[in-house]
Amino acid sequence: MGAADTGVRPAAVTAQGWGWRHAGRTQPAVRGLDLDIRPGERVLLLGPSGSGKSTLLHALAGVLGGEEDDADETGSLLVDGAAPRSRRGRAGLMQQDPETQVVLSRLGDDVAFGAENLAVPRDEIWTRVHEALEDVGLGHLPLNHPTSALSGGQKQRLALAGILAMRPGLILLDEPTANLDPAGVLEVRDAVGRCLDKTGATLIVVEHRVAVWKNMVDRIVVLQPGSSGQDAVFLDGPPDRVLEQARKMLIAAGVWVPGYVPPTRSRLDEQNSSRLLLSAQDLAVSRETPRRRGFRTIAPEPVQVGIEAEVRAGQALTVTGPNGAGKSTFALTLAGLLKPVDGTVTASNDLSDGGGPDPYSWKADRLISRIGTVFQEPEHQFVTAKVLDELMFGPRHLGRGSERVDELLERLRLGKLVDANPYTLSGGEKRRLSVATVLAAHPKVLVLDEPTFGQDAATWAELASFLSELLDEGTAVVSVTHDQEFSAVLGGTELRLGPSEPATARTEAGAA
Amino acid sequence: MRQELTLHGNTALLTRANPLAKFVAVFLISMVLALSIDWVSASVALLAELALFPLAGLTLRLVWQRGWPLILAAALGGWSTAILSADSGSVLLDVGVWSISEGSLTLGLGFMLRGLAIAMPAVLLMSCTDPTDLADALAQKARLPHRFVLGTLAALRLVGLMAEEWQTIGMARRARGVGSHGNPMQRLRATLGQSFGLLVQAIRRASRLAVTMEARGFGGNTRTWARESTYSVLDIWVVLGGVLIAASAVLSAVSAGTWSFVWLSRN
Repeated sequence: MGAADTGVRPAAVTAQGWGWRHAGRTQPAVRGLDLDIRPGERVLLLGPSGSGKSTLLHALAGVLGGEEDDADETGSLLVDGAAPRSRRGRAGLMQQDPETQVVLSRLGDDVAFGAENLAVPRDEIWTRVHEALEDVGLGHLPLNHPTSALSGGQKQRLALAGILAMRPGLILLDEPTANLDPAGVLEVRDAVGRCLDKTGATLIVVEHRVAVWKNMVDRIVVLQPGSSGQDAVFLDGPPDRVLEQARKMLIAAGVWVPGYVPPTRSRLDEQNSSRLLLSAQDLAVSRETPRRRGFRTIAPEPVQVGIEAEVRAGQALTVTGPNGAGKSTFALTLAGLLKPVDGTVTASNDLSDGGGPDPYSWKADRLISRIGTVFQEPEHQFVTAKVLDELMFGPRHLGRGSERVDELLERLRLGKLVDANPYTLSGGEKRRLSVATVLAAHPKVLVLDEPTFGQDAATWAELASFLSELLDEGTAVVSVTHDQEFSAVLGGTELRLGPSEPATARTEAGAA
Repeated sequence: MRQELTLHGNTALLTRANPLAKFVAVFLISMVLALSIDWVSASVALLAELALFPLAGLTLRLVWQRGWPLILAAALGGWSTAILSADSGSVLLDVGVWSISEGSLTLGLGFMLRGLAIAMPAVLLMSCTDPTDLADALAQKARLPHRFVLGTLAALRLVGLMAEEWQTIGMARRARGVGSHGNPMQRLRATLGQSFGLLVQAIRRASRLAVTMEARGFGGNTRTWARESTYSVLDIWVVLGGVLIAASAVLSAVSAGTWSFVWLSRN
């Protein structure tokens, strides 16, 4: 370990009977945590949702409780024998959402930000910036590269560089790869591995997908919810032993245990010559709307051109391809939410039912009873303040009764939540609700954008089984996904989109 | 939206000047033009500004693309001034309800030119200044509190994100059956709902970004600056240029006898 060369002193973590109750909550998020992490150890933190994993990481990063007057702390939690808040810069934290891990708009400035805040001398900062960018594999980009042009995986690696430039002894990763595609996951994991080998810093990582981190960590700690009334640590030890002993508990908690694919319902039979509902001909797609340049209107640059696709009743269509290939954009265009840049989307008479062939021109209520779209982020689609209203929203607009809603409540296990506010649900519950709300309008085509992203194994299995049932009932399912196991459950055909064509038309320098 | 906030590889001379110097120069010109309503001072300033465009990497085409709303507004303002203000001198055009005379035409022209001459420096400043550099200059040179300046800068990046999010939420809500149809009241309610959705997302994003910044040590009393904001000889020229343009606008108007203070002409 080159700890001496890199100026990094690995940090020790000690918790004794530590607990934390957030302001306004009756139950503590963490209760009675006893934990000893030696300098340089690498720990994977597991546990069901609500077991306080993020709370612990935030506390160690020294960002917990700043404005929470009413919060309640018990016991002690120390980094190198002192309170984390007093140890600015000893720990670096990476969170889940790549967009909020970037602070500034130029690559080099963003890496420098943490070091600046720690009052590192200027020359030293730039040495660190170059080194950190090199270490995370972004050294080939110019320092003034716009951070908005980075992919999700690159943004997370940039965040890691920003953390490394602070030379922290403790690196805290809070589901760092939950929002990334498989390539991005490995990109980030490998960058973390390289940096740890080089600096010898202590690592604590929270992640549902155990297989990704298992070979990189020395130890797995399984936490249980503070509301359970028992001490926080459920199991603690070497990865293999813990995974064996806690297997049942982890599977029940929805953790992705290596070598275990949750059982799902399989398709009954796949109809091969079913009715055509929706098709795309020579389609070019873009998220951008036509721009005005003075008096002229300029069509946007398409991210993908020449797409041909057919959507048939009772059949699944899986859209795959690398990041930035325009998969989501294509799905949204197919679903009548974006206007095609070129080519056409055609709804057959079976689907349009007298509404005309172009889904984009349909009014919203006409659209939802024919094509339903589930967005990647469930919160984007919430329109009311109560789960039941949320589900009844579509049927009410269409002047229908609640039979379908009752059925969905039952099938997607939302019955107990009817009075809850959608925003307060857990990630898995939000996903199930967002699927149910769209299906409540009884569309013949269901379009899903990365439905399994960041989902735990339990929600995953439930969703896959439910969609397979839906397909057997004759609904067409179009899903944009990187998840091969998920596509395998649904069956059907795959539409693979190649990398986006490089933007050639942007010849006018400085034009925007 | 996010692209508008960067310089796009603009390497023109004025991009290297200190943002604060550019700001002072722009302020001087706008100040002087705000004082008088005559066409001589405005056209002198406007001509000088047009001559400076290449130094900021701007072409007339780019100016039109970026500033067309301002340019149209100035033209419209000038036109309505010309037809609506009290006539003086010989009448050039009379269509009953309104008329254009020599006096009102001069006033309208002055109004339009002045609008353009005040708007152009702002376009000029924004097209050759990176927001990050401006923040550096404000914190290091103008000594504004760094927490405020950097907080604003980080928030500015989120504004771009929110513009994209607005579009996504709009589509997500259409997929729920909330459309931009119905009477104005229903549309208003749909827009309000979408704004609420955006607000929720903005607050979440902002609080996560705040955690990121705090975890990177932001908020301490002392910090260093990786980019030093410096003045160079160029900045002297920039300020002198501003003074020169402002002064020549005033002097030429005074010697042409057209200079009239805004508050005097109103009487």
